[in-house]
Amino acid sequence: MSDSEKFDCLVVGAGPAGISAALALARAGIQVAVLERGEYPGAKNVMGGILFTTVLNKLLPEFWKQAPVERHVTQRRFSMLSRDGEVALDFRTGAYNEPPYNHTWTVLRSKFDRWFAEQAEAAGVMIVPGMMVSELLVENGKVVGVKTEPGGDELRSDVVISAEGVNSFLAEQVGLRRPHDPRHMAVAVKEVIALPASVIEDRFRISGDEGSAWEVFGQAVQGTFGSGFVYTNKDSISIGVGSTIHDMTRHRLNPNEVLEQFKRHPAIRPLVRGGETLEYAAHMIPEGGFTHLPRMVMDGLILTGDAAGLVNASHYHEGSNLAMASGLYAAETVVEAKRRGDFSAATLSQYANKLEHSFVLQDLRKFQRVSAYFNENPHTLRDYPDVMVRLLSDYFTVSEKPKAEIEKEVIRKFRSEIGVLNLVKDVFKIGRAMR
Amino acid sequence: MNILVCVKHVPDTEAAVKIAADGKSIQTQDVNFVLNPYDEYAVEEALRLREARGGEVTLLSAGPEEAKKSLRTGLAMGADKAVHLVCAHRHDTLTLARALAAAAGQIPFDLILCGKQAVDDDEAQLGVMLAEALSLPSVSAIVKLEVLDGKAVARREVESGLEVVETSLPAVFTAQKGLNDPRYPSLKGIMMAKQKKIEEIACAQSDSQVEILDLAYPKSRSGGKIVGQGAAAVPELVRLLHEEAKVL
Amino acid sequence: MKVLVFAEQREGEFRKAALEACGAGRRLAEGGELVGVVIGRGASAAAPKLAAYGPDRILTVEHPQLELYSTEGYTTALEAAIKQEQPDAVLIAGTATGRDLGPRLGARLGVPVLADVINLSWNEGKLAAVRPIYAGKLHLSVRSQAQPGVATTRPKAFPAGAPDPGRQAQISPLEVELAPDAIRARVTQMHSEAEGTIELTEADIVVSGGRGLKSHENFKLLEELARTLGAAVGASRAAVDSGWRTHGDQVGQTGKVVSPTLYIACGISGAIQHLAGMTSSKVIVAINKDPEAPIFKIADYGIVGDVFEVVPALTEAIKAMK
Ligand SMILES: Cc1cc2nc3c(=O)[nH]c(=O)nc-3n(C[C@H](O)[C@H](O)[C@H](O)COP(=O)(O)OP(=O)(O)OC[C@H]3O[C@@H](n4cnc5c(N)ncnc54)[C@H](O)[C@@H]3O)c2cc1C
Ligand SMILES: Cc1cc2nc3c(=O)[nH]c(=O)nc-3n(C[C@H](O)[C@H](O)[C@H](O)COP(=O)(O)OP(=O)(O)OC[C@H]3O[C@@H](n4cnc5c(N)ncnc54)[C@H](O)[C@@H]3O)c2cc1C
Ligand SMILES: Nc1ncnc2c1ncn2[C@@H]1O[C@H](COP(=O)(O)O)[C@@H](O)[C@H]1O
Repeated sequence: MSDSEKFDCLVVGAGPAGISAALALARAGIQVAVLERGEYPGAKNVMGGILFTTVLNKLLPEFWKQAPVERHVTQRRFSMLSRDGEVALDFRTGAYNEPPYNHTWTVLRSKFDRWFAEQAEAAGVMIVPGMMVSELLVENGKVVGVKTEPGGDELRSDVVISAEGVNSFLAEQVGLRRPHDPRHMAVAVKEVIALPASVIEDRFRISGDEGSAWEVFGQAVQGTFGSGFVYTNKDSISIGVGSTIHDMTRHRLNPNEVLEQFKRHPAIRPLVRGGETLEYAAHMIPEGGFTHLPRMVMDGLILTGDAAGLVNASHYHEGSNLAMASGLYAAETVVEAKRRGDFSAATLSQYANKLEHSFVLQDLRKFQRVSAYFNENPHTLRDYPDVMVRLLSDYFTVSEKPKAEIEKEVIRKFRSEIGVLNLVKDVFKIGRAMR
Repeated sequence: MNILVCVKHVPDTEAAVKIAADGKSIQTQDVNFVLNPYDEYAVEEALRLREARGGEVTLLSAGPEEAKKSLRTGLAMGADKAVHLVCAHRHDTLTLARALAAAAGQIPFDLILCGKQAVDDDEAQLGVMLAEALSLPSVSAIVKLEVLDGKAVARREVESGLEVVETSLPAVFTAQKGLNDPRYPSLKGIMMAKQKKIEEIACAQSDSQVEILDLAYPKSRSGGKIVGQGAAAVPELVRLLHEEAKVL
Repeated sequence: MKVLVFAEQREGEFRKAALEACGAGRRLAEGGELVGVVIGRGASAAAPKLAAYGPDRILTVEHPQLELYSTEGYTTALEAAIKQEQPDAVLIAGTATGRDLGPRLGARLGVPVLADVINLSWNEGKLAAVRPIYAGKLHLSVRSQAQPGVATTRPKAFPAGAPDPGRQAQISPLEVELAPDAIRARVTQMHSEAEGTIELTEADIVVSGGRGLKSHENFKLLEELARTLGAAVGASRAAVDSGWRTHGDQVGQTGKVVSPTLYIACGISGAIQHLAGMTSSKVIVAINKDPEAPIFKIADYGIVGDVFEVVPALTEAIKAMK
């Protein structure tokens, strides 16, 4: 490479956002390189994780035939834990056993990201692992390239796509993002625990390549604003907890300790019993949602994925699909900009329009008030699980007391502990928040 | 001075290696492979010699298609050329040494550097076998190398101290940790390496003289007894070492 | 079966690992013959001492060109012994010298070498061995198809066996021819380690320190403990790379592999590459202030605490015991 050589586009980060962008760009004949600080794509990436794959399937149709996916999810389970009990909604359908498998897969990111990057490489993307972008090069208010470590080399391009994930200090450098607010940042810790496939299938009541995804609220995270999760891989399970940093600090909780307690809960312990921990990781998730999105473009720069705060932090826990979608839109935008020979913020702002008109921002808008609600009403996650378990256990406790009397008592207790009015209010508020 | 460096593509030292279904090899699909750590020292030393004395550094690796990745790492560090002896087949180290010797015959060199040991098979034999196959002197596991005219002085660590070895050139040296601090490839180096052509040589098939009977996991240690906290636990530890473990 | 063992000696002293190789050779020979080969300055003077460790016969090779070890010279000498004896197996202790000599000898004879083995046996008349690979994460069983089967043995993997002073061996010199220019790589100087330091790979007790020791000076605490125990001092790579210890002290994947009866890890977290060098120790003790440190998962006994308090207390307790 001669010193004057320059790429059309540089992508920072080889996560779902960056690789989607690069793959789409290479296919459009754009010269693109991806710089990834990890030793290989996926080396540093943490995700629970369920990969939602509507976008992936567009980029690589029937990807599941080659990709290192673990299981397709046919069973979803949402539950609330009290200290020693559980109330659950458990859903499964055979329909999800048919292609495209409801676009819901469990994956291990270290494997998946590496494979995904290889597909991009095959399409002509230059992937450079082991290289960290330390700084964006800015001239006259326009991003013109990047500076890298180790070595301090500079590399120029018409446009940079930041797909650097949640820390997004490059976006911060150029003033698109402000330092993180702990209320809008969740910390998540997770473990991958090895278990034989047959044991997993028995414990989760699944067969073959079927998978199960559990989201667990309430005592799973000691009543904080967050949740625990358990996902089945082929021969391991991913288990973790995540809550806003603000809530964790306020309750003086240590995420490792929360995860340990979650694993010891009587409803969870039998799932992980006898398994060997293969890896442990901690990571942040941007949960500011719609109301805290940054400005996403400037001259010569587009933010995508977590770097742009694009995570749907509701019970869907969806980040990867939004990352891929935003990567794709960023690529389309760059292709158009290249055609016009204009990489100014004005041209790049098409990207924001594309996001607006897709599920990405529409979903984020829909769920924007949910997080606000739970932030304002912490009691719902802290108290309701306990009360519900207590009421249900009163209701189901066998005795010779006439059933009618039991029902009356339960209803009385319910009134005194929560009150119909409060419950109706909360349900109404949650419902409205979701609308 | 032209230097030939033999390098191997091996699983990352962090990798959890698992036995494959055939029971005789490892599962490779989820494993990250890298340039053998000892070979980084070899490449670095070669680059330093070239920087001081001119000439070219050529890398040579035998292995499957993926081995090119490690050749590219070496090119990215700054090597001039790379030759890939393409062989998917598994050889015993002597057979491999002979194959590499044949390939080395086509490359001009004044000196050969290898790593002390490949961290996959942990044989630590190839460099010396290669030297014998080429009828060259060798110094293994060196921690210092000085090249003078027509000869070299190397240091190697042995159990009772340090040996200073003088040898005529050409010769083969194998690099031990401590020889140098390998450089990281720079971005420019990586970009340049991606564009370099790697020369391929076909590898003759030959039977291994070492037969693999079995591959197994060693018995794992089940430690984990915490005797206590701080200095207060010392008497109990000493008692356990004395009475239970009987090692004091 | 006839087994030939290269018995490494320096200045008349046999390496411990060479005696272990003799022990391994004795068992491998079964009822057959074990031949020891002693090369270099002081060989014939040292040979009688070797008899107690099992050889039936001992060949000594002395030559002006073989005063000090050289790869080429010793290979030629050993090759001559093998040509004369036609053994079924050749064993070489896997010391720094043995790991240099073994591959050269194998290549000279045109036979593969089973390197760094921890177990030896016969399999259908051929030499078979177990060798740790991937830094000990797996054990590979292999069989050499060639005659003789050649192996280097990992130090401390085979018991040396108690010396039997009653044993006699027939000692005879072996003449070798070496052209004046036969040896191209020669040792010109030896720098010996300070008197009294115990070689890491041979030590029965190893006390190792890591980043938790925080400085070069603080290693004095470990040296004091080591002196009290008659132990060697090792280090993690972090300690070596910080310049607190020399490379020769590093234990682990890119350092030395040790298998003492007691290994005491102080301020070492227990990274996989470190474990590679010491998990075959008989008993492992870990001292670390972080209860979550992975070293505790493999240690037989752990103390959660500050090395600067625990190590001096341990030194005192052991002094008091003696
Ligand atoms: C515990 C946990 C569970 C989750 N579960 C789910 C789930 O089940 N489903 C779901 O859809 N989403 C989930 N998410 C969210 C999802 O992981 C993210 O939204 C998604 O990975 C975002 O993709 P990205 O490409 O934007 O960023 P990332 O995947 O974070 O990738 C960023 C990449 O950039 C690299 N990088 C960063 N800085 C630099 C730099 N300066 N130079 C070079 N490279 C750099 C990083 O190494 C990394 O590879 C979860 C997240 C966590 C933490
Ligand atoms: C290719 C490769 C090869 C490698 N080869 C080796 C090798 O051969 N050998 C090797 O050791 N490493 C090797 N490593 C490095 C290895 O990965 C680790 O980085 C290294 O072992 C860490 O050393 P450490 O445990 O001393 O340091 P750390 O991991 O930093 O651990 C220090 C420990 O000290 C504890 N501590 C701190 N202060 C105190 C105190 N006052 N009292 C008690 N405890 C305290 C801490 O809790 C911590 O657990 C290799 C790495 C690579 C990539
Ligand atoms: N397949 C190979 N191709 C090129 N060089 C190799 C190969 N295998 C081993 N080597 C070299 O030989 C050294 C020692 O390897 P080994 O004897 O296999 O432990 C390595 O560090 C490399 O320098």
